Amino acid sequence: MKAPRFDYARPSTVEVALELLAEHGDAAAVLAGGQSLMPLLNLRMAAPGLLVDINRMAGLDGIGAEGDGLVIGAMARHTDVMAHPLVAARAPLLVQALGHVAHAAIRNRGTLGGSLALADPASELPACMVCLGARIVTRSLAGKRVHEAGDFFHGLYATARRADELVVRVEVPGMPGWRQVFLEVARRHGDYAIVGLALAVRGAEMRAAFCGVEPAPRLLRSAEALDGLEPMASDDAPPEYRRHLARVLLRRGLAHG
Amino acid sequence: MTAWIGRRLPRAETRRLVAGRGRYVDDQAAARGGGGESHAAFLRSPYPHAEFHFTDLEAARAMPGVDAVLTAEDLVGVCRGWTCPDLVYPGLVSPEQHPLAPGRAAYQGEPVALVLASTRAEAEDAVERIAVEWEGLPACTELASALEPGAASVHPGLASNLGWSTQLGTDLDAVFAAAALVVEAEIGFARVTGVTLEPRGLVARWDPSVGALELRISHQMPHQLQLHLAELLGVDQARVRVICEDVGGGFGLKMHVYQDEMAACAASKLLGRPVRFIADRMESLMADIHAREHIVRGRMAVDAAGRILGFDVDDLQGLGAYSIYPRSSTREALSALHAVGAPYKFGHYRARLRCALQNKVPTGQLRAVGHPIGCAITEALVEAAARARGEAPLAFRRRNLLAGADQPWTSPSGARLFGLSHHACLERLEAMLAGVDAEVAAGRAAGRCLGLGVAALVEFTAPGARSYGASGAPVAAMDSVAATLEMSGEVTVRASVSELGQGIRQGLAQVMADAMGVDAGRVHVTSGDTQAVPHGGGAWASRGAAIGGEAAWRAGVALKAVVLRAAAALLQTVPERLRVEAGRVLDEAGQDRMGLDEIARIVTLRGYELPDGVQPQLSVTAAYRREQDANLPNNGIQACLVEVDRDTGMVRVLRHWVVFDCGRALNPLLVEEQVRGGVVMGLGEALWEACEYDAAGQFVSGTLADYRVPMSAEMPDIAVALVETPYEGSVVGAKGAGEAGACAAPAAALNAVNDALAEDGVVMTALPITPLAVLRALGRV
Repeated sequence: MKAPRFDYARPSTVEVALELLAEHGDAAAVLAGGQSLMPLLNLRMAAPGLLVDINRMAGLDGIGAEGDGLVIGAMARHTDVMAHPLVAARAPLLVQALGHVAHAAIRNRGTLGGSLALADPASELPACMVCLGARIVTRSLAGKRVHEAGDFFHGLYATARRADELVVRVEVPGMPGWRQVFLEVARRHGDYAIVGLALAVRGAEMRAAFCGVEPAPRLLRSAEALDGLEPMASDDAPPEYRRHLARVLLRRGLAHG
Repeated sequence: MTAWIGRRLPRAETRRLVAGRGRYVDDQAAARGGGGESHAAFLRSPYPHAEFHFTDLEAARAMPGVDAVLTAEDLVGVCRGWTCPDLVYPGLVSPEQHPLAPGRAAYQGEPVALVLASTRAEAEDAVERIAVEWEGLPACTELASALEPGAASVHPGLASNLGWSTQLGTDLDAVFAAAALVVEAEIGFARVTGVTLEPRGLVARWDPSVGALELRISHQMPHQLQLHLAELLGVDQARVRVICEDVGGGFGLKMHVYQDEMAACAASKLLGRPVRFIADRMESLMADIHAREHIVRGRMAVDAAGRILGFDVDDLQGLGAYSIYPRSSTREALSALHAVGAPYKFGHYRARLRCALQNKVPTGQLRAVGHPIGCAITEALVEAAARARGEAPLAFRRRNLLAGADQPWTSPSGARLFGLSHHACLERLEAMLAGVDAEVAAGRAAGRCLGLGVAALVEFTAPGARSYGASGAPVAAMDSVAATLEMSGEVTVRASVSELGQGIRQGLAQVMADAMGVDAGRVHVTSGDTQAVPHGGGAWASRGAAIGGEAAWRAGVALKAVVLRAAAALLQTVPERLRVEAGRVLDEAGQDRMGLDEIARIVTLRGYELPDGVQPQLSVTAAYRREQDANLPNNGIQACLVEVDRDTGMVRVLRHWVVFDCGRALNPLLVEEQVRGGVVMGLGEALWEACEYDAAGQFVSGTLADYRVPMSAEMPDIAVALVETPYEGSVVGAKGAGEAGACAAPAAALNAVNDALAEDGVVMTALPITPLAVLRALGRV
């Protein structure tokens, strides 16, 4: 269980990183927190020609206010996002969701940008971003692009990010007056979700997004919209099971607090 | 006399291990000189059943750092093949196995080629370059259909996949027909495996100049392995040295003849250079033994007064592709059937066993071998009977548990039962459960789905020589201890029982301290080296305290006698007038006459002070085998409180209680932690763990994200109380302790879930109990 051979670069600026991505394209893999990529390498399920380690790039891990919302750098570690008072105040959904993300040791390394760029269908953070109506900012040598979260996730491990782009930050709008709740069903604490729900509610309005149900999270604005879900299938979690759990979680989320 | 036995002391080696100073196999520094060390990586069959031939090995051989690429034919003449001819199970079908499969792989993960290279990464690179042509063969993996007509043959030429079968007991149809009540239960047990923190691994150093093998390996029984290596590699036994320093867990995984381990040793012999093989987690989960795959159906007959009349069980066991050598894979099923009904008094017993070969990794002995299966079917029947009679499960058990006056007793299943404290344990459990019934009732009234389950257990521990000796397996039931009085007054103990993290060295230190009359902190126990101590069994079937402890006692008594004779000679008195306390020799008046350190110094350095003819032997070796009692039954009872979420199917374990009697507890702290560890393992089997294969026979539990061991967040508080009924046939009085926690936890958890779901009319019949299965049973999905 050792990684295959790869070249390794550790740029110290975003510009150099983008040059490497422009040059190597699909053959390059970006190493952020490494909590998914390193196991994939060691299992030899990924074999990039070049690993671009962005852990030494300065200035990508900030967490700050913007208007009544938040700006979170792509390299912000889960543990820092989870502990940040601004996040607790303006996007409590993220704090709740990160409590379900693996274990402390993994949250110490894992990054927000890494999780969004990977787009694991069971991952909590993409669903949160869709629920919150966040904007995901990517950069390449050609410039910056801003993606609505609802447009960014395309399916299993597929996003709008081009191979020459880096996710650089996430802009989370303020949602004053919205109650936010994250609920999840997993076999063990910290396991990948079977189904997770990111939910924001204000009066009769709701914004819901699920992880673990469809290949990519999408915004649902009513309970009836769940009827249109087309859940994924797996041996241990057939579609009807995921659909059932989605309904249970939404019911609980709406009744919550 | 027992100042140290029974004390709650931490393990002496805890400080070293916590400080990161453990010496596990992969901590072995690379060999210096001798041509350097090669790292092994295996090409393993990706198919459950396939013929294959290599179309190109040269590309792999040309890869950077590669020392050799070996296949089965390279090892012909270096390492013999083996079968598992068990004299106790005549007719057991188990074709010959080889270190590397020759032309046909019979399970996914079976090693078919071995690459040796400067690093493991380079070896893995080269494995990817081996060109193989695979021809997939029909595979039989599912247990339920393995013996059906038309099932794919696990090996070519078999008339069926039946590996072995037997019938035990006597006809009881008339008893069941006349019974006031007959309850039935069926339980499917998923394959599980032991997940040791340290995977299997070895560093084999063949020295061609003398024709000797030094093997450092993570293993439970160095002496047994020494015999296998000598036999299979064709080397004199004395030229094989097996060393197990720190071993990071065993659970029964590390005591079999594994193809990959034999291949690595054979490669070292073939190439004359050290070979390092450290299994990674994926190959551990895939190719370590699995265990406990059974479909058990049971019936229990009860008379009108609520007394158990008899048990009738049918067990279909999944063996895997081969019967594991040397202990056989069938033994687990016989252990399970032997444990059926064991806590209770009953008159009739019948069991039918069929063992099915499968194109899956072989199964073997895992902690509490078979007992969790026998316990679960028994206790499911007991709860069903109590429910049918409308009485409290504990009341039904009180009526039927074997009483002290009933013992010794030989049950209809042939189990000899003695020294069991069922009723004392039951009373203790009832005290611990005070208030829980009310808690459950209040919770249910508030709409919660709570369930309380109980399971009584008997575990047959520390088997004597007949167990394996009669089957022809080279498995020792005796153990040796060598004790030396050092000039510091400390006692060095070298033991043939193995330390796997369970703490037996600490237990032996406390036995030696009492036997010798020294402080336990002055006793230093080492184990795990065939060169350090004569032969012994190692670690299996909870025997360290019961057998190794007795050997330590004998060695201590013998060494003390030597010391007292020397002291008497020096003090011009007789040994009978002297005694040893806390490392000092005292006379009848209690006067401190001299220290053991001084005696050792005189004997070793100033022998002229001793009278002529006095030749004290400050090293003594004692071996112990129990002459009576085929095994030592222990007993206990457990309870489990769960909450089921009817919407999600999730089961949460709220609390777990254990009362346990392992005879004399050498160190109650360590016994309790062994019990807790066993309970955690048992709860894992009940709710999470499964080695799963998909419909195509592909193993899908190859990582620790997929093979779900319980984590601390899921575990409840586990309350443990000990009752001590010392074994009367030995001096120390210990019975086995290390596995019993695992015996009854699955049964207690299953009963708890079924208690919770009883009002829904739902009975769960498969372990692990998955949330999806619960929802399906409830008709929610």
